[in-house]
Amino acid sequence: MVEPAVDLTHGHPHDDHEHHGPQGWLKYLWSTDHKVIAMQYMFTGMFMAMVGGFMAYVFRMQLAFPGMNVPGFGMVSMGEYNALVTNHGTIMIFWVAMPVLLAAFGNFLIPLMVGTDDMVFPKINRLSFQVFFVSTIVILASLVVEGGGFAGAWTAYPPLSANETYNLTPLGSTLWVIGVGLEFVAFLLGGINFITTLMNSRAPGMRAFDVPLVVWMIVVASILFMLSVGPLLAGAIMLIFDQTIGTGFFNPATGGDPILWQHLFWFFGHPEVYVVLLPAMGVVIEIIATFARKKVFGYRIVIFTVVATGVLSFFVWAHHQFIAGIDPRMANIFTITTLLISVPIAELCFVYIATLYGGSIRLTTPMLWALAFVAEFLIGGVTGIFLGAAGADIYFHDTYFVLAHFHYTFFPIAIIGTYAAFTYWFPKMFGKMMDDRLGKWHFWLTIIPFNMIFIPLFVLGMGGQHRRISNYSGFSELARDGFQDIRVFATVSLLIMLLAQLIFFYNCWKTWRSGPKAGKNPWKANSLEWTTESPPPHGNWHPDEMPVVHRGPYEFSVPGREDDYWPQNEPPRRDS
Amino acid sequence: MGFLERLGHFFDDIGLIRIGSSYAADIDFLIVLVTLVVGVWFVAAELIFVYFIMKFRDKGDGRRADYIDGKNKRHKKWITYPHLAVLVFDVLIIVVSFNVWHKIKLDLPENPDCVIRVTGQQWAWIFQHCGADGELDTADDIYTVDELHVENDKLYHFKLEAKDVLHSFSVPVWRIKQDAIPGRSITGWFQPTLTGEFDVQCAEICGFGHTVMQGTAFVETAEEHAAWVAANTPAEAATPTADNTPSAR
Repeated sequence: MVEPAVDLTHGHPHDDHEHHGPQGWLKYLWSTDHKVIAMQYMFTGMFMAMVGGFMAYVFRMQLAFPGMNVPGFGMVSMGEYNALVTNHGTIMIFWVAMPVLLAAFGNFLIPLMVGTDDMVFPKINRLSFQVFFVSTIVILASLVVEGGGFAGAWTAYPPLSANETYNLTPLGSTLWVIGVGLEFVAFLLGGINFITTLMNSRAPGMRAFDVPLVVWMIVVASILFMLSVGPLLAGAIMLIFDQTIGTGFFNPATGGDPILWQHLFWFFGHPEVYVVLLPAMGVVIEIIATFARKKVFGYRIVIFTVVATGVLSFFVWAHHQFIAGIDPRMANIFTITTLLISVPIAELCFVYIATLYGGSIRLTTPMLWALAFVAEFLIGGVTGIFLGAAGADIYFHDTYFVLAHFHYTFFPIAIIGTYAAFTYWFPKMFGKMMDDRLGKWHFWLTIIPFNMIFIPLFVLGMGGQHRRISNYSGFSELARDGFQDIRVFATVSLLIMLLAQLIFFYNCWKTWRSGPKAGKNPWKANSLEWTTESPPPHGNWHPDEMPVVHRGPYEFSVPGREDDYWPQNEPPRRDS
Repeated sequence: MGFLERLGHFFDDIGLIRIGSSYAADIDFLIVLVTLVVGVWFVAAELIFVYFIMKFRDKGDGRRADYIDGKNKRHKKWITYPHLAVLVFDVLIIVVSFNVWHKIKLDLPENPDCVIRVTGQQWAWIFQHCGADGELDTADDIYTVDELHVENDKLYHFKLEAKDVLHSFSVPVWRIKQDAIPGRSITGWFQPTLTGEFDVQCAEICGFGHTVMQGTAFVETAEEHAAWVAANTPAEAATPTADNTPSAR
């Protein structure tokens, strides 16, 4: 592993794909350039984030003002409410967090950071996005077909999801499963590229431990995904058969078992949390190192910890099922494994905090996002301990406490992590510097309302409020005035947060029109993507300027050097 | 009441949720314990984090960052010791959680005063009460829809079933929750300790009418409950079968 990697593509003339291909906008549809594919994933994911955010707006309005005519949507029936929460969850995880963090930044960063001209299999990469694009159309179509979108929660537990007489959405539920299944296929194809590119295409001189941590984390996430998704893909096909041709894999009346689906789903579903978490954690450590001007505290500790987390994550899935009717003795085993996984995650947080020690911290917009990720994710982490302890989960299971907990993990991952990455690499992606002042307004007007949405929801959960109920006025304990005030407060906070996103779009538009040029390395960072032009040309570097690596990516503030950074490709001085 | 018991009543004391069953305070105690243990870590971590950001912020005085790679033991111990401490606290939480879990879900107290059958269906709860004889599936069983009637301080066993899709029987005041699965009968127990009317929620999405799958648990004194049983015992001793179960709305 420490030998210089053999590079299959280095220095070869870069001519065959693209230049003889289609021209005009078709060029983008059929491009095999990893940067173009990254943008396709990014913009599709951002569009889907708007769809998922709109859904959150509609059902939060219904919760705050039950029965109101929601502007832009209308009255929310019980069935529509269920469809909205189902597809909000599905879209935010499978069509926002995964495409943006894993696919967009994985595609953009891996070849640039390991110093190669493209992915190992560019055409598989293109196919990956095309399959993903089809899956996007399928999931959007499922919302508007007769009977409405699937309304059985993003976990899709049978028999509700398996039988149209129970879920009343014959087309929506089948399209939902097909869409999710296609999405899995797309990410399997993408994952092949991530892993093989890291293994085979590193620049000359780049050893395994010279690879930036974000690349390591995206690749470990891809491996986790590939190992965990198989059982669920099989389960999805069984579910489609149950829905459409009358098999009974999950139907107890014909000898099937509904709990089987839950095992298949969560065997994937829990590693999936780490599939999206790891890229975000990788992004954050890159940014912290750059803006603290510090070497990462314990680079190898981070990698070993991430691998340990990945392995452990395959042994915790049944903590989603403590009270689902599994053998209650199993809860003991899964309580132990679940609480054990807090150890590596805590260690990662400690490493991040330790990296700040002795730094020279610059609070730029990307750095604010990265620091906010650590601060907010800690809340998500510690509230997970409550739910991992089976005794407390008896009460908390399926309450708003769970909901608030996982939004404190997924929001830092999918939104804070994405904004951190986007603002940090924007100069590289588009060649221009974003407005820092607008960026900070956007940051604070997102972070403060975010906490004002979800901290109150912990209180509602502790008060016994269950999820996925469209109107609490029928429950005497939950219809209390104080509780309704909390719901209104959370909804108003959400509206503020959604409006604040306009600042971000305005900032992007303004930068696109008249932002200052970024230059090659505006943040004075070390990794290889900062050694080429912004934006990088097709092939990333000119063929005779392909980088050669001399050191790791975090050599900041090295004593005895005049600069406080030391790019990976800079040749060592003769006298050293 | 001792200090530890007081902790178990914290959420009742602040008016968030009542303690309504014999084991509710055990769960609340576990929740408070976890809050204290992880709370200390959380506050410490956030304080150190913010302190570092303020102390090591670039103030434009030309100070360079330190070069620390975290490889030598003197530095590494700042990560190693805290994470060993996290492990120790995990063990503490695991032990208390085991106790609570065993008491509620694994150990079934013997000789119940009454056995009830709870059946979830789209979108109602069917309760089959044991009636005056304390036995289930006898002629004097009382069937109700969405209304559970129990006597305070008595030990109840329940048999939880579902007719169509998954449901989850949840009475927050009792801190009880268990999924109901078609094709299975899951046994559990509870012992109410507070009279009054309490919400029964369905905690697992079960289709279009999930929101309106609302029930009420009536916890009555001995006299009230005896009166209710007397007033509702079926006049004829018909053998209960699936056919005379009242159907849902």
